[in-house]
Amino acid sequence: MTITFKSETFRDDFTFRNSLYNIRRFPFPFDRDDYMYSVNMEPHVRGKADSVFENLVDVDEHYVAEMQDRAKVLKEDPLRCQALPHMMAAQWDVLELLMEHQAQDYPAHFTLTKDGDRWRWINRPMGIDDTFTFGDPSTLPYPPMEYITRQAQGDFCIVDQRDNNLWMDAGMVTTQADWSLDFDIGMNFMEWHGPVPLAHQIGIFDRALKFLLNLQQGKPTRRLNWTMTVNPRLDTSPENYHKWGPDRLTVTPENVGQKMHLRVELQSLWRLPRSNAILFVIRCYLISLEELVTVPKWARRLPRVLQSLPPEIIDYKGLTRNRPLMIDWLSKYDDGSPTSAGIHPD
Amino acid sequence: MLVQGIKSRPEYKGLEIDPHAKRHLFVLEGEGAKALTDQVEAKGKDFLARSEILYLAGGAAPKAYDAVMAALSPDIFWQAPTLQPMLFRLRACLEQARMGTRIYVAGTEGFIGQIMQVVLEYGVDFNSIHTEHRGSTARRVQCVHCKGITDDVTTSPFACTHCGLSLLVRDHYSRRLGAFQGVNIDAEEPGTAPQPEEMFP
Repeated sequence: MTITFKSETFRDDFTFRNSLYNIRRFPFPFDRDDYMYSVNMEPHVRGKADSVFENLVDVDEHYVAEMQDRAKVLKEDPLRCQALPHMMAAQWDVLELLMEHQAQDYPAHFTLTKDGDRWRWINRPMGIDDTFTFGDPSTLPYPPMEYITRQAQGDFCIVDQRDNNLWMDAGMVTTQADWSLDFDIGMNFMEWHGPVPLAHQIGIFDRALKFLLNLQQGKPTRRLNWTMTVNPRLDTSPENYHKWGPDRLTVTPENVGQKMHLRVELQSLWRLPRSNAILFVIRCYLISLEELVTVPKWARRLPRVLQSLPPEIIDYKGLTRNRPLMIDWLSKYDDGSPTSAGIHPD
Repeated sequence: MLVQGIKSRPEYKGLEIDPHAKRHLFVLEGEGAKALTDQVEAKGKDFLARSEILYLAGGAAPKAYDAVMAALSPDIFWQAPTLQPMLFRLRACLEQARMGTRIYVAGTEGFIGQIMQVVLEYGVDFNSIHTEHRGSTARRVQCVHCKGITDDVTTSPFACTHCGLSLLVRDHYSRRLGAFQGVNIDAEEPGTAPQPEEMFP
């Protein structure tokens, strides 16, 4: 399949838009009309054609623009990409995994050829054609994780496993929902989830950790997470909060449909073969409310979900200021009819 | 007491003399001296002959804990005028340390954090180090925006001493940085920061 890549921005003039095709394949995260934290994990296997689950490493029309935005973030702040020294084997694992999936599922855009340890990687949308020695970092222009994650959509964390815990020991994080890799690197699973409200008390993280410690190679798992963002801004880092925070005051009843975006993370977790580490992919999808209400089922469900949220989640997701505006605007698309189960459009 | 329930914050379980250690290295600050003298009262003086004590009096100087500890006649008692020479001396000790050395750290949280950073650099297992919080609950805070660290923060919000932004002190601690996270409190509406409130006396 050949993708037509868009030329667009995620900052300043915010020209990002979804095509009609891309709206229909959006990973709408609510399978019912209300929401609470849960260990909502399922096997990361191929799903419906023309959905984001069609391939396990999804490449879409925003690929090139997202990679350009990532390069800009890294120029401003190189600490968004870091790896502790013991993570080199895991870095190569990640490079291999992402290259193999992209080349296998998008042959028109990516080609990987191997001659023993001598690998050639062609990335046509980005105009890259590199030959390197697998396992020898000096043959690549960047360390292996940075090299490949400058060419793959989503944030990436490599999590080491030891002492019956998981440790955030490497990552490329430029499209995050308000957490800092530079602050959290080196932390264990409970530590880096420390600021999340409610979920600790109801045992979510204990169960999730137990589950992930047993993750098997070749059987990746996934879950969806979500928040809302003003403007289609990928870099909502705490580092730059003083720059994007004021956006929250620009929302009015007239522009809420264009400005407010549902931000969904498709999180997938993969056991890596050499290092026994886990690759944690946090792929961010954005959709404006105006785009979202073109799917009637989602238009009915989203205002109901926003109504149902407990106060702690409203606060943690930064929705306090604009939730009433969103509910008002969305409610005119909700005729009160029942919605079908599951996340996909009817 | 420190605020409980911060998942990313280390637990300071208190000093407990390890009877099997061949050597004891104490790194103490201010009121942290009391953590040692309490152990002497509880366990007797035998371990002192195998002990090296590094002490930074800081704000507790008027209490003359240095004289109390020197009078205990440990193998080595050494006093630092400020933190920087303390860290320099600590590195020298760790270079020469042998198997069987037990490390004890006591004082304010910011002090413990900075000592731990050095000790961890030398490959010591985090869980093997005894720590005890004594003295002020002031926090060492890293500004997430400019990455500058401000010591002895007692209020929230406070003005970052590096970039000047008004920072909320989050209950989120990085052991690697030895610091809490500070995030701009009035980012959405600059100029609306609430008055600083004494939170960490």
